[in-house]
Amino acid sequence: MKILVCISNVPDTTTKITFTNDNTQFNTAGVQYIVNPYDEIALSKAISLCEGGKGSVTVINVGESSTEPTVRKALAIGADDAVRVNAAPRDAYFTAFQIAEYAKSNDFDMILTGRESIDYNGAQVAAMIGEFLDIPSVSIIKKLDYDGTTATIEREIEGGKEILTVTGKFVASCAEGVAEPKIPNMRGIMSARTKPLQVVEAKEVEQLSTIQSFQTPPPRGTVKLVPTEETEKLIDLLHQEAKVI
Amino acid sequence: MSVLVYVEHADGKFKKSVYEAVSYAKAIAEQNNTNLTAISIGAVEATELSALGKYGASKVLSVNNEQLKNFVNQAYASVIAEAANAENANIVVLSNSFSGKGLGPRVAVKLKAGFVDGAIELPVVEGGKFSVKKTAFSGKAFAITEITAENKVIALNPNAFGVKESAGSEISVEDFTPADKASDFAAVVKEIIRATDKVSLPDAEIVVSAGRGLKGPENWGMVEELASLLGAATACSKPVSDADWRPHSEHVGQTGITVSPNLYIAIGISGAIQHLAGISSSKVIVVINKDPEAPFFKVADYGIVGDAFEVVPKLIEALKAHKG
Repeated sequence: MKILVCISNVPDTTTKITFTNDNTQFNTAGVQYIVNPYDEIALSKAISLCEGGKGSVTVINVGESSTEPTVRKALAIGADDAVRVNAAPRDAYFTAFQIAEYAKSNDFDMILTGRESIDYNGAQVAAMIGEFLDIPSVSIIKKLDYDGTTATIEREIEGGKEILTVTGKFVASCAEGVAEPKIPNMRGIMSARTKPLQVVEAKEVEQLSTIQSFQTPPPRGTVKLVPTEETEKLIDLLHQEAKVI
Repeated sequence: MSVLVYVEHADGKFKKSVYEAVSYAKAIAEQNNTNLTAISIGAVEATELSALGKYGASKVLSVNNEQLKNFVNQAYASVIAEAANAENANIVVLSNSFSGKGLGPRVAVKLKAGFVDGAIELPVVEGGKFSVKKTAFSGKAFAITEITAENKVIALNPNAFGVKESAGSEISVEDFTPADKASDFAAVVKEIIRATDKVSLPDAEIVVSAGRGLKGPENWGMVEELASLLGAATACSKPVSDADWRPHSEHVGQTGITVSPNLYIAIGISGAIQHLAGISSSKVIVVINKDPEAPFFKVADYGIVGDAFEVVPKLIEALKAHKG
């Protein structure tokens, strides 16, 4: 079994988000980068599926050389080898196209991603890879069982869940519940340095969208405090002033 | 050219988020002086379909065959792209729902369209540029994204635009028969399980959320009672779902679900930056916490500094009195 896991290099979840150059660029000053937390779930699932010599896990990242520490982290967690497509990701279409191109010339049984990256929150790459490869894709999955040919998948839907099966190759984007994130151990960290990391050049593809600028949410006014002994007043405020109940 | 909106049904019915998507798509059609066509896939009754006219659709294409009864994104994407081509639509709108997230990207690739997910405002068309505001950095920011491609796909966030009725739209409902593509059906839906008595979190108008301040899963009764009185969905913070006090599907925050309700009530949640990211587009925020220094109060509109076990039962009583 061969599994490809897509890894995104994202700012740590505690990052305060600010912008530079007239709000056109994300301010990377002082930002710590991590493996996208959802991708870690996907990677941990892939590693468990391949445990005991049942297969191998390749991680792929579309990014410039600055993302290599994140790729090495994925190797430390337990991926067998890594590929970096050497380009700054322009949009999800670009990223998905590059990964699909790589997957076309390498035979994978499944491709796993996180449900979305925590920076641009597109949740697009998995389904786009599926479309480029003309294979099924299942977005935002909560559970994955695989018997070697057929996957039984649980995915989230509004107010419940859907259970489906997929036979043959597929792409899935993983959410919480699919696997417990694995933490690299010392052996993993040591071996990550010498595991193969292949760099391939990006292929040309048209750009379909571009971010013009960013905004941060407007600051909120000061909080109106209601004393505990007058709790019922909160209901009046929500009804008459805020008009939300 | 025209605008096409995909109307996703749940058990044959449309939800508010669909009417929002239709209202939004109608406003885009008006920006472009063109008509709005809706496409429905699966078994939906004619009355339900023609009700879409109220929100501005002038035509509904209805695909109703056994093979397409259940949502399979690969197959549905083929149908929607085919309908877009048949209608000469260069803008496709859909809801940014769980299914929408699996569908929109496939439609975009088929149409070679620029795709914006999580749109929260109408597109701005200015100087030949078409741009859409969307959420980014898990609610910590917004990104103004320009779609440079001729074809455009936009997935609208729930509770972002509102439902708007359009006056005097005549609507026609037509059957639409898509091409048969057997290879689109490698995924097979086996079972759909929906809790019918619960409000779904991502598109809820009111959310009651609780954190570690509740001390244990056995204390969620009052949270559920408050939610039920408000017609709200229940949610929780990450530590709570990590401790398995509540299911992961209730975890709101940067690595969980992002919500944008009209009212978000946070009980016993301190307000870590990751949690705040997931709720920052809530219209009104109420915080109940016994720690007056809890960071959550900085983003709250209303607050009560007090013990949840004292305040929440009082709120429940007050709400019952309010509802008479």
